[in-house]
Amino acid sequence: MPRASQEADARARPVLDVRGLSVTLPKGADRPFAVEDVSFTVNRGEIVCVVGESGSGKSVTGQTIMGLIPRKDLTPVAGEVNLLGEDMLKKTDAELRALRGARMAMIFQEPMTALNPVMKVGDQIAEILEIHASMGAAERRARVLEGMADVNLPDPELMIDSFPHQLSGGQRQRIMIAMALVLEPTLLIADEPTTALDVTTQAQILDLIKDIQTRHGMGVMFITHDFGVVAEIADRVVVMQNGRVVEQGTVEQVLTEPREDYTRMLIGAVPSLTPPARGPVDRGKPVLSTKGLEKIYGKLSLFGRGRVIHAAKNVELRVHRGETLGCVGESGSGKSTVARCIVRLVDPTSGEVRIDGTDIAGMSEKQLRPFRRDIQIVFQDPYRSLNPRRTVGQSIIEGPMNFSIAAEEALRRARELMEVVGLSPDALDRFPHQFSGGQRQRICIARALAMEPKVLIADEAVSALDVSVQAQVLKLLDDVRKRFDLAMLFITHDLRVAAQICDRIMVMQHGVVVEHGPTARVYAQPEHPYTKLLLEAAPGRDSYFAGT
Amino acid sequence: MGVDAKTVGFEPTPPSRKDASLASLLIRHPSVLWGGLLLIVMILIAVLGPMISADPIALDPIKRLKPPSAEFWFGTDYLGRNVLARVIYGARISLAVGLTVAAIAVVAGLLMGLIAGYVRWLDSIIMRVMDGLMAIPGILLAIALISLSGATLLTVIVAIVIPEVPRVVRLVRSVVLSVREEPYVEAAIASGTKTPLVLFRHILPNTIAPLIVQATYICGSAMLTEAILGFIGAGIPPEIPSWGNIMSEGRTYFQLSPWIIFFPGVALALTVLAVNIVGDGLRDTLDPRIARKM
Repeated sequence: MPRASQEADARARPVLDVRGLSVTLPKGADRPFAVEDVSFTVNRGEIVCVVGESGSGKSVTGQTIMGLIPRKDLTPVAGEVNLLGEDMLKKTDAELRALRGARMAMIFQEPMTALNPVMKVGDQIAEILEIHASMGAAERRARVLEGMADVNLPDPELMIDSFPHQLSGGQRQRIMIAMALVLEPTLLIADEPTTALDVTTQAQILDLIKDIQTRHGMGVMFITHDFGVVAEIADRVVVMQNGRVVEQGTVEQVLTEPREDYTRMLIGAVPSLTPPARGPVDRGKPVLSTKGLEKIYGKLSLFGRGRVIHAAKNVELRVHRGETLGCVGESGSGKSTVARCIVRLVDPTSGEVRIDGTDIAGMSEKQLRPFRRDIQIVFQDPYRSLNPRRTVGQSIIEGPMNFSIAAEEALRRARELMEVVGLSPDALDRFPHQFSGGQRQRICIARALAMEPKVLIADEAVSALDVSVQAQVLKLLDDVRKRFDLAMLFITHDLRVAAQICDRIMVMQHGVVVEHGPTARVYAQPEHPYTKLLLEAAPGRDSYFAGT
Repeated sequence: MGVDAKTVGFEPTPPSRKDASLASLLIRHPSVLWGGLLLIVMILIAVLGPMISADPIALDPIKRLKPPSAEFWFGTDYLGRNVLARVIYGARISLAVGLTVAAIAVVAGLLMGLIAGYVRWLDSIIMRVMDGLMAIPGILLAIALISLSGATLLTVIVAIVIPEVPRVVRLVRSVVLSVREEPYVEAAIASGTKTPLVLFRHILPNTIAPLIVQATYICGSAMLTEAILGFIGAGIPPEIPSWGNIMSEGRTYFQLSPWIIFFPGVALALTVLAVNIVGDGLRDTLDPRIARKM
């Protein structure tokens, strides 16, 4: 049976075969190659996770395969990218355009920016059919509806005429997937498709990708930085570092018996979902407490119209000296609003915020000033948290000098603090752009400590960092809490991170605290259904990540 | 890049700061060199005018409406005045108006923009006033002001400044609105930095680059507006030569003696062009996002 053997042959051949791929970086970059001598394959019906930290070259690899890199800056100089036996690097732009969408398709990280905001989602899917396939408008619409049903979108008939802003993040990502799959490509490249999504949505999208992959039998190259996601979805894993492939193998192999130190370090740095035992906390009077804290954004206009968002409802919390309270929730849960109300970057609508017993919620800026020293905050984005025009030293001593501490004294303390956070005191004269993300976050912690605060609020302070750096900064936060006997409010969306550092956890949903208790109890016996949902959605079975 | 070294000592990464020096600007945008040179020449002519030029208001009725010659390079006008001398003196008015208007509009707009962007309750008040000003046609406002308070250099400048200010206010306000959300500004607020200091230390430096660019465009358009006012007879009084009123006076004789209009017209066009070229070059250097798109 020649036909059957031909099919078997096609089945055996990998969908994607990358061999010795090297791509140069433009002159003046920190290394000569973006990716260097990268080889891996993706077979039919297989999900291959390419995992690495920022700057590892994983996205460049994906974009090179799609032919989406600007060839002037990033030039492939060696190797082959074989898609079903044809070398993509030898294709002209026109040939690549014909292949994109039809044989290979890509989904991106940001479902909002990857969709055209002024075009109906149905038309955006139809556009791909219009370009690649000749069919009538009615047939096209039928195919679009079919594609939307395929990605489990509710009520495609209704949604086909919606604009992207009318859909949720998860729905938009489903639209992106429907777009990618409408021509039934044999290779799907997914570049961090769930990174911008909440955990519960992420779990659904991962399920969907897995499900569709089995149904269509295509090959999936899944780019991610998250080992939890890898454990959830991968058949095989390719680990990249600084543009090179460090290790590859089946998911069992790589996660349970990693050969390379780097892989072991990465997996070890993934925080475990099992909270470690923590020392007792002196439960005297709380340093920070709130009562009936409410925040309503927006107000009714003159004519009684306008949108009102109830971001925080009746929030009550207490943090004692030397204790870390975790505040966990998805985007829009109001956790950052609570932090900003406590630091008084926004004014609470009503309720009390007490620092050592004094209510600061209704104070004027002038009355508030002496209390500013007591509460300090570390933000999420290390690249925007320091004024790029001022030296690190200037940034650190700004606060103390506001409270009439002499410049020399403030600088002396800044030098001490730089050592506390693990940086050289000589770095005070440098500008923020000379530091990496993790180093900048250390500087931000030093800046907060310079005020000698009683309360430290970490608002997603480790969320933007690579796992290896994340673990270090997390440890630093825990160290300074102990050393300076701080009350810490730790805000995060990441249940793994929260498990490692918090004494108690409060879970927020839609501005309401739905559950609150000691970390070990909340993780072992969650009471509220939403907490259970969050814990179930956390990617990656825990057996792989018992580290730290 | 984002990976910390295992021992987290201080490791300097190579400075990625963009080289915004004058030399690199000129190499990347050679047209800026020509624009800049032209502008410098114009400014020199204006400053040195009284020393190098003949008398611009000396009448010589015998030599009226003479075409350009060795004696009168740019010819003479209907009263026998030296057009070259008048154009040179016109440069003084034009550049003075352009630079002063740009300076005043930027300073006034910067102050109001900072306040509007930062002080929430003043925002709507200031911006509604600015909207109101923008709704009045600039030339009409200028004519009204000048006919009310007489045509002097000062009134002309004030009349041109007023419609330019709202544009600067809007620009500064938009920068302030986006920068005030930056975590480093919030960190400064959280560490007790007083509001004026937050504004001047953390927010104002971000407005400088777009303001310099905006200032060059204001300078160019102010020179044009001044010329228009002069041309329609609402500007600087005719006894002080400005490019606008020289052209206005030459209008009647345009078909017989076109040089009276031609030379001040060329001077005006070249100066405005030079200012705009310099402005474009500065924009490309100071705002790399736009530069990359082009």
